Amino acid sequence: MKSKVLFAGAVSVIFANAAPAQTELTMWYHGAGNEVESRLINQIVDDFNASQSDWAVAIQSFPQESYNDSVVAAALAGDLPDIIDVDGPVMPNWAWSGYMQPLPIDEAAYADFLPGPRGVWDGKLYSIGLWDAAVALYARQSTIDALGLRVPTLDNPWSEDEFMAALDAAKASGDFEYALDLGMAWTGEWYPYAFSPFLQSFGGDIVDRSTYKTAEGVLNGDAAIAFGEWWQNLFQGGYAPGTSQDPADRDRGFIEGKYAFGWNGNWAAVAHMAEVDDMLFLPAPDFGNGSTIGAASWQFGISASSEHPDGAAAFIEFALDDKYLAAFSDGIGLIPSTPSAAAMTENYKAGGPLEVFFGLSEAQAVLRPVTPGYVVAAKVFEKALADIANGADVADTLDAAVDEINADIERNGGYGH
Amino acid sequence: MARSRLTESNAAGWGFALPAFALVATFIILPFFFAFAFSLTNQRLISPNPTEYVGFQNYRNLLGLGLLRIAPVRDDAGEIVRDANGAPKYPRVRTFTRNNPDYPQYQGMREWFGWRSGDDRVVVLARDVIFMKALVNTLIFVAVVAPVQGGLALVLALLINQKLRGINVFRTIYFMPVVVSIVVVSLLWRFIYDGNDGLLNNIIGALTFGLFEPRDWLGDPGTALGAIIAMSIWQAVGFHMVIWLSGLQTIPPTLYEVARIEGANAWQTFRYVTWPGLRNTAILVLIVITMQAFAIFAQIDVMTNGGPLDSTQTLVFQAVERGYGKQDISGGSVISVILFLIVLSISLLQRWLTRERH
Repeated sequence: MKSKVLFAGAVSVIFANAAPAQTELTMWYHGAGNEVESRLINQIVDDFNASQSDWAVAIQSFPQESYNDSVVAAALAGDLPDIIDVDGPVMPNWAWSGYMQPLPIDEAAYADFLPGPRGVWDGKLYSIGLWDAAVALYARQSTIDALGLRVPTLDNPWSEDEFMAALDAAKASGDFEYALDLGMAWTGEWYPYAFSPFLQSFGGDIVDRSTYKTAEGVLNGDAAIAFGEWWQNLFQGGYAPGTSQDPADRDRGFIEGKYAFGWNGNWAAVAHMAEVDDMLFLPAPDFGNGSTIGAASWQFGISASSEHPDGAAAFIEFALDDKYLAAFSDGIGLIPSTPSAAAMTENYKAGGPLEVFFGLSEAQAVLRPVTPGYVVAAKVFEKALADIANGADVADTLDAAVDEINADIERNGGYGH
Repeated sequence: MARSRLTESNAAGWGFALPAFALVATFIILPFFFAFAFSLTNQRLISPNPTEYVGFQNYRNLLGLGLLRIAPVRDDAGEIVRDANGAPKYPRVRTFTRNNPDYPQYQGMREWFGWRSGDDRVVVLARDVIFMKALVNTLIFVAVVAPVQGGLALVLALLINQKLRGINVFRTIYFMPVVVSIVVVSLLWRFIYDGNDGLLNNIIGALTFGLFEPRDWLGDPGTALGAIIAMSIWQAVGFHMVIWLSGLQTIPPTLYEVARIEGANAWQTFRYVTWPGLRNTAILVLIVITMQAFAIFAQIDVMTNGGPLDSTQTLVFQAVERGYGKQDISGGSVISVILFLIVLSISLLQRWLTRERH
């Protein structure tokens, strides 16, 4: 016994001599392949490692497409790093599944954050984001003028009738291939992120948020069916390109004048402004229950298996500095999480070209359903919207989606709600 | 010969076979038993909840069918309400399948297909319509691909089995799609099938002097599956061509000489010399194509994701979508087990049909 203790002591002495006294923390990040993003995150890591002598963060980046799969696989294998980043709506699933632990940082550190970047589940903060994303209706001032339309504002957005009148006018002008580009080529999370706020504005939702136990009545109620019929008409009525839209048209179509209006995120705004002189970013139409857009983007959290949550929390708190928030915003066009950081950025400061997005995010953002079941519900919702766009019966399709979501909730024992 | 040949084989032989046996056991046989075990539980990909045994509930959820006879709507006078075209109006199926205490057995089912029978409408309900559509699509896919791909490959093999100058160029060209990754091929064909200015639309447009209306091949439920079938046949035809070719080259040239001396024409030579000589090759090609066709996944995943309107759903795509995408390992396992049983029975049937008759 004694010799063992001695041996352990000797080993620790050797290590203490050979390596710096910093404890290594591992971290995974989803942004591999994006040079600017990698540079920014590495800068934070380097600054943190140099700023104190207790911890040394080692970062490993993954391509976004395979990031979630890698985390799930690592969790199954019990091989998660200390710090992970997580897409906001997916966080409750990972927290519930036991991959993540609550984030032990002081509430004062994020008191002035936008609601979107705060990853709260079950009353506890699990993740926090340096930025948020927002969606707006892309338009040209010249198009609005030519069609004789009113410019909607945050206080006074277009109503459904005004919005459809605008699309009709654009369609009737004959100047465009389609009046509206919804980005149907972007399959995956774009559908629930970008389109479920329309459903909410109609008065429906993906699941009943009062209990999170059922989707009956909210995803197939009268409001949802009204939404579905409106949605179907956008495609069957020839206003918008459908699910087989060419991804290249999604990226360039508005710029090239194929589409009169576009429903697109702030991440595409800089590229559009570079080529279109009179860009306008308009708030979402109000279909009866307010003008809403989605919220929450990638956030940082601590894995459940981490042995050093204090060190991981120290890193995350370090990264929440306004200067890093501003750097990410300037680098890749994201919305900084705090007003003070927004004031430091090129695009979101007062009078900045994208200032409107900060306002949109602040005023209209609604989180996607905060439940571990969201991961499945999102896929069901995506398929339902694609089917309705392709002409499926609205009520039957929404019924089927409700059944599938409810069956999944039941099979998972209510997901802990 | 009381001792089995198995036990007489030398140790070195088993030693060489061991790595392959171990890999096959670890990655094919063991996972299959896992899949069967999972299909009887509510196993999730990730979940803090314990796994529970649910018996054959997953199979019932997948395979449940029902038949519903719906009487037309009648007005107060008892007359059938008809629409502008004179077709009777029927109550919606959802009024029977959703929260209707009179029809508890149909709760949660959906209409798969239906037809008119007298004034009534008969509807086949399925508990899992998507699975049923995936099953039908997969069977159609196999039924078209197996004979067409096999036949086309034989024709190509006959064409390139000639002693001509530069025949290797043709062999290379025909074989090329097999070497390219199926994902890359699928991406390329997405451009070819593009609805606006795709290559296919342009070619047909040019051939018909602009009379042809451009089609959205993958975006139309009527053409999407056909488009994927055509592309899949083209992609793998070269592989089977090579197998046919190897079969052709095992037929002794003396037989052809005899046929020529006997005065057989080209068809007779094929019918009585070539085809009998290809017998075992034909069995191999047929079984391999059938198995590969049942496993169709990558084309769907890249080109259509099962859409539009489930017209290109397939079994393997649904198994992956459920097991991994929707984190429902038990649901994916059930489909895998059912697919295994289908492929197994078809293979056994093919073996029996093509057996040596004495």
